[in-house]
Amino acid sequence: MDFNDTPEEAAYRSQVRTWLEANAPKKRDGSDPEGGDSMAASKAWQAKKAAAGYACITWPKEWGGQGGTPVQNVIFGQEEAKYPIPPNPFQIGLGMCVPTVMTFADDETKKRFVGPALRGEEIWSQLFSEPSGGSDVAASRTKAERVPDGSGDWLINGQKVWTTGAQFSDYGIVIVRTNPDVPKHKGLTMFWLDLKDPGVEVKPIHQMSGGSGFNEVFFTDVRVKDSQRLGAEGEGWKVSLVTLMNERLAVGGATGAGWSQFLETARNTPGLDGASALQDQAVREKLADWYVQAEGLKHTRNRTMTALSRGQTPGPESSIGKIVSAVQMQELANTAIEMLDQYGIINDGDLAPQDAAFHWSLMFAPGLRIAGGTDEILRNIIAERVLGLPGDIRVDKDVAFKDMPTGR
Amino acid sequence: MNFDFSDDQKFLKSEARKFLEANCPTTSARKVLEEEGKAFDEGLWKAVAGQGWLGAAIPEEHGGLGLGHLELCVIAEELGRAVAPIPFASTVYFLAEAIMIAGTDEQKADLLPKIAAGEVIGAVATSEGPGVVTAGNLQATVTDGKLSGTKVPVTDGDIANVALVLAKENGKAGLYIVDMADPSVTKEAVKTLDPSRDAAKLVFKSTPVRRLGAAGEGFELVERIFDRAAVLLSFEQTGGADRCLEMAKEYALERYAFGRVIASYQAIKHKLADMYVKNELARSNAYYGAWALNTDAPELPVAASAARIAASEAFWFASKENIQTHGGIGFTWEMDCHLFYRRSRQLSLVAGAPRVWKERLVSHLERRNAAAAA
Repeated sequence: MDFNDTPEEAAYRSQVRTWLEANAPKKRDGSDPEGGDSMAASKAWQAKKAAAGYACITWPKEWGGQGGTPVQNVIFGQEEAKYPIPPNPFQIGLGMCVPTVMTFADDETKKRFVGPALRGEEIWSQLFSEPSGGSDVAASRTKAERVPDGSGDWLINGQKVWTTGAQFSDYGIVIVRTNPDVPKHKGLTMFWLDLKDPGVEVKPIHQMSGGSGFNEVFFTDVRVKDSQRLGAEGEGWKVSLVTLMNERLAVGGATGAGWSQFLETARNTPGLDGASALQDQAVREKLADWYVQAEGLKHTRNRTMTALSRGQTPGPESSIGKIVSAVQMQELANTAIEMLDQYGIINDGDLAPQDAAFHWSLMFAPGLRIAGGTDEILRNIIAERVLGLPGDIRVDKDVAFKDMPTGR
Repeated sequence: MNFDFSDDQKFLKSEARKFLEANCPTTSARKVLEEEGKAFDEGLWKAVAGQGWLGAAIPEEHGGLGLGHLELCVIAEELGRAVAPIPFASTVYFLAEAIMIAGTDEQKADLLPKIAAGEVIGAVATSEGPGVVTAGNLQATVTDGKLSGTKVPVTDGDIANVALVLAKENGKAGLYIVDMADPSVTKEAVKTLDPSRDAAKLVFKSTPVRRLGAAGEGFELVERIFDRAAVLLSFEQTGGADRCLEMAKEYALERYAFGRVIASYQAIKHKLADMYVKNELARSNAYYGAWALNTDAPELPVAASAARIAASEAFWFASKENIQTHGGIGFTWEMDCHLFYRRSRQLSLVAGAPRVWKERLVSHLERRNAAAAA
């Protein structure tokens, strides 16, 4: 038991370090954490990585990857993170959408899209969630109907929501209803489409946190060719599973202020009797709990990495990450703010401790507890897929979609 | 990255599980729990000694197997899973570790072979009453090589041949080795939450002692011993917590209510998912503790604290929610749920309550953060 690279991993890490030292940016461009004005820098960095084979390390060489291992991918990520690299708006496209296209599209389509996506020239969005179906994506109402002119083309109408990065995306994959007369999972079909099409309207969502990283996307008579279909008609749910396989890895853990920032803030904040708040026993116990959770997650990732390093499939333990980190982010932020007492209400970055990082966490954490699988859905997944408990009773399983009860 | 046990260690673990399934069904703990005057399962103790487990981490020159602490960790996990009613922790995690890190050559040569052979049962005696024992309230005193004072509770104090006793000498705390056969030692069994493990009140009246380690460093030495024990205990706790999750799952899958198995209700599914999350956090922290223990890393105090806190929380949660999942039958004496509930309390308290470890952990983090900032 140790934390060392194997000789092969060490050699790869050294190769990656040499390349990064020569190529990675040394100082950060002005960037905003919820995605914004740093697109040029992001695209330039992506193009550089693609030219050297580091954009999608595990992809086959013929598609611009290195045919590398998941461990090599992790190693690159670890080393890359040591540099002030720009935000990565390509993750959803390259992690979920393009692999779906690569699995289901014809060669011509693949040749057209894979390269530009890899190089960061074109950005892809995933259009699954809807106002009427977040956790229950299979309840999607956005519909595609054949144009009755014999062309085989389809017309898409409806609305998607919570689409990350749609405001700067070029293409997307969208799951739509093509048959409302069968149960919900059986009447779905997947397409790729051009988000610059005049029938597509992207409206940023104003989040409760103030930022706008997500969008609503409206479709009005968007015409797509049958050749844009990914997988068979009615097989969209199965296609979506390929896409979602990687989602919980792509939606990372919590960022923002952690136990260490909390400790420093507590040290500098007067507590109950005028002594430092860090001397407050209640504060110290919580701090210990958060440290233990954070360490638990860190070493759980090390266990996952070990399995990959040994060429094994990682165990299910990696599924605990977001449940723990998102809840902790919210609780830690709130405890920090209450520790500041009356002053805690101030979230001006110039006045609040840690540039108001705790306040940002407090307002963003509710979203993190929902995105990429809510706390509740993730518990269901652990219960069903890890522990082998029965699935929930589904009253809509054998009901035609058009007859399903709907609320708001 | 190689943050897992080796194939050999995993093999040892599976062999240990098979051995304990055959030699230590839960009826073993139940027997000790129920029989007045029965302090431990002597047959199991002999069998465990026969497996060489008592000396797993003791060097071969002292009669042990000379394996590392990682091997001891996998054994500990299986003992926890089996709620084994034997003085393994007292003897191996506390006494043997203490002798190995602080004993003189003579003390090692005297005690380690007897521990490895199962001829010596150990106990560690620090507590004197309610609350945390500190330099300010420590009463037991050594004068001219003779110990006087009272220690309570002392796990396995009733059956131990050798005890490590925290006492002050010339106003400074030290740790002392006591031969429990000495007639000046009075032992009185005390009732505890977990009668499947022995505990006693010990009274010393001018009992001859040998000092372990340097004079005046009793508390420092206790911390070092407890750090090591905490890692090993965290494996026992993780093993127990995992068994509770299994029991809850097995029951939930066969118990029907309102026309379907209760495992199909989200209230139960989410409860079990929460157990799983806590158990995995405990396991990952325990692994890090194992690494620190096995390599004598400077991170050991922090790693051991984290392992102990996570494992105590996981076993407490799993053992109480296992009863809850069982419903009324889980509250009966006949069901095994309470064996784990009781053991979770015993293991959480025996090396100091989680609250104390949280305080220690944060003190270390404070110093570490300050050093990093300097």
